[in-house]
Amino acid sequence: MGQLLLHGWKLISRGFSSLTPHPLRVCIVGSGPAGFYTAEKMLKALDGAEVDILDRLPTPFGLVRSGVAPDHPETKLSHLPETWKQIVVNQFSRVAANERCSFFGNVNLGTTVSLSDLCKMYDAVVLAYGAESDRYLGVPGEDLGGIYSAREFVWWYNGHPDCSNVSPDLKNTDTAVVLGQGNVALDVARILLRPINELETTDIAEHALTSLRESTIRKVYLVGRRGPVQAACTAKELREILGIKDLHVCIQKADLLTSAADEEELKKGRIQRRVYELFSKAATSHQQHDIVGQRELHFMFFRKPDRFLPSESGNTVSGVRLEKTCLKENGASGKQVAVGTGQFEDLKCGLVLKSVGYKSVPVDGLPFDEYRGVVPNMKGRVLSLDQAEHAIVEKGLYVTGWLKRGPTGIIATNLYCAEETVASILEDFKNGLLTPSSGSPKPGRQGLLQVLENKNARFVPFSGWEKIDTKERMEGELRNKPRKKITTWEELLLAVDG
Amino acid sequence: MVLSRFSQLGARFLKESGIGQFWVTRRGCVKWPSSHYLYPTKSLSFSTAVTGKAQEESSEQKEKITVTFVDKDGEEKVIQVPMGMSMLEAAHENDIELEGACEGSLACSTCHVIVMDMEYYNKLEDPADEENDMLDLAFGLTETSRLGCQVIAKPELDGMRLALPAATRNFAVDGFVPKPH
Repeated sequence: MGQLLLHGWKLISRGFSSLTPHPLRVCIVGSGPAGFYTAEKMLKALDGAEVDILDRLPTPFGLVRSGVAPDHPETKLSHLPETWKQIVVNQFSRVAANERCSFFGNVNLGTTVSLSDLCKMYDAVVLAYGAESDRYLGVPGEDLGGIYSAREFVWWYNGHPDCSNVSPDLKNTDTAVVLGQGNVALDVARILLRPINELETTDIAEHALTSLRESTIRKVYLVGRRGPVQAACTAKELREILGIKDLHVCIQKADLLTSAADEEELKKGRIQRRVYELFSKAATSHQQHDIVGQRELHFMFFRKPDRFLPSESGNTVSGVRLEKTCLKENGASGKQVAVGTGQFEDLKCGLVLKSVGYKSVPVDGLPFDEYRGVVPNMKGRVLSLDQAEHAIVEKGLYVTGWLKRGPTGIIATNLYCAEETVASILEDFKNGLLTPSSGSPKPGRQGLLQVLENKNARFVPFSGWEKIDTKERMEGELRNKPRKKITTWEELLLAVDG
Repeated sequence: MVLSRFSQLGARFLKESGIGQFWVTRRGCVKWPSSHYLYPTKSLSFSTAVTGKAQEESSEQKEKITVTFVDKDGEEKVIQVPMGMSMLEAAHENDIELEGACEGSLACSTCHVIVMDMEYYNKLEDPADEENDMLDLAFGLTETSRLGCQVIAKPELDGMRLALPAATRNFAVDGFVPKPH
């Protein structure tokens, strides 16, 4: 009798499942802009989609939390009550509040759960975990103390729990060298140069504020291999740093001379044109340069690092040897590249920040293009090579954001990137590529919960993050700032319990 | 078809009568109106009857302009935009696919529109540095590109045509050259 009943129940449940098609179970790894825009687009496009977002940190939002500089000016538009950062966070929080969406913080792809596990459990897996490593320069002395990647420095001042111990020494020197002239380079230079009282009301990490308050750094050199026409920054960020109060900006007028090839580049590139105009204006504008202890920003063009020079102790950096460069047209691409001239000069400094690009790190079982630092893909579909070296699509595996296109672009760039990847998922779903034609449907969230339980791994749900958020805001309020960030793993997890 | 058209009018009616207070955007969040742009609004008579529409329109004539949006497939949609309202808000009110990710805070270029006639483009005030910074990053930029959130309805713009840029969003192919840091 019991068996009969059970059998009957099975029949009924089977009947039901054929009436209500099983949902498309999607797992997104990474909860930064790439991950959250993908979730938003996915949930909107398909009523039957169920989306789980994983992050290795207990906190969501990726670089919105740990990348975006704390001192970007508040939006000046009076009709908007919020800043862009808050607007994005609110949008993403609304996505997380969707009943078809779940957040799993403190879950690390590769250790807590493997990629092959995820692919077995979900109909579609979207990797959106960005670029958490750095490109190497590959010059002698790169491992000396006092040399950091810009990413480490950014994570440090933004309170990322992996970099709370970085503690760069800002007291033993008056000079910092930043290698690179992109927006990240400008961010770190700006943080070093901005008057401390302008940082006190931001959500910059408390340990960074203390350190910057005692900083003896007065000069920052921004070093670029090529000239002002080729600088990788955008006008907005350049204008922001040039506008720092009482800052003495040094640009060699000779560096502003342009060749015919430069003129051609300027004609073609609107960003380059506007950036170059800002450099020209800054070089010729009259500046007061008699303030005691005035901070200086030096743009050094046409220089590439040759080696780092050790201090007497041999452990820390005391300077950078730079080789002067000139531009040569590269026949194939038509682009101008920097080549060494054999002339060298030494620049003394006690701190070096390398800002030459972020780099993605592959996980086990993931096809990866080491040279370009991205996952090979076709409109977001992950590609691998078969034995005959033909590219084949990895069924059910997708990529978006920096892992897909490299570490470039602004937050909103991820929206288009996500749109493209979601369109690919939908197309594959409609063509029946994602749902198994026979056998039981993939377990999705239930499967993940099972794995986490088996491993005794403790995940942080979105409500856990909300507890962290509340605590940070409350403590920030006492200090007249938007939030006081919690910056260690232990305290973050403690706040979830609290 | 007729029915849905009617219900659309009704819905628009409802929304429009709420101008000057808060309204709910497509995303479902409560937004503040850009009150300093808004002309003083007459208290509009509230009616859901479609027959009231004609009357309403004549009394509103001076308070709205006609704007045509042309989407990437070339399809046109003609809408009425109240004075002082941005083209981004107007697009959202009328279910036109214009993204507007940063909700008008000048932090993205996803509400990029192309003014189709130079004549109208010249009637707009020059873009501020902040708008130009974002236009720098827009896909498919043209000489008459603007951000929809910065184009505010005013009488001279009556009859303006705005094109939504074609979807040049394939990162691998369409000339999207990643810039190194």
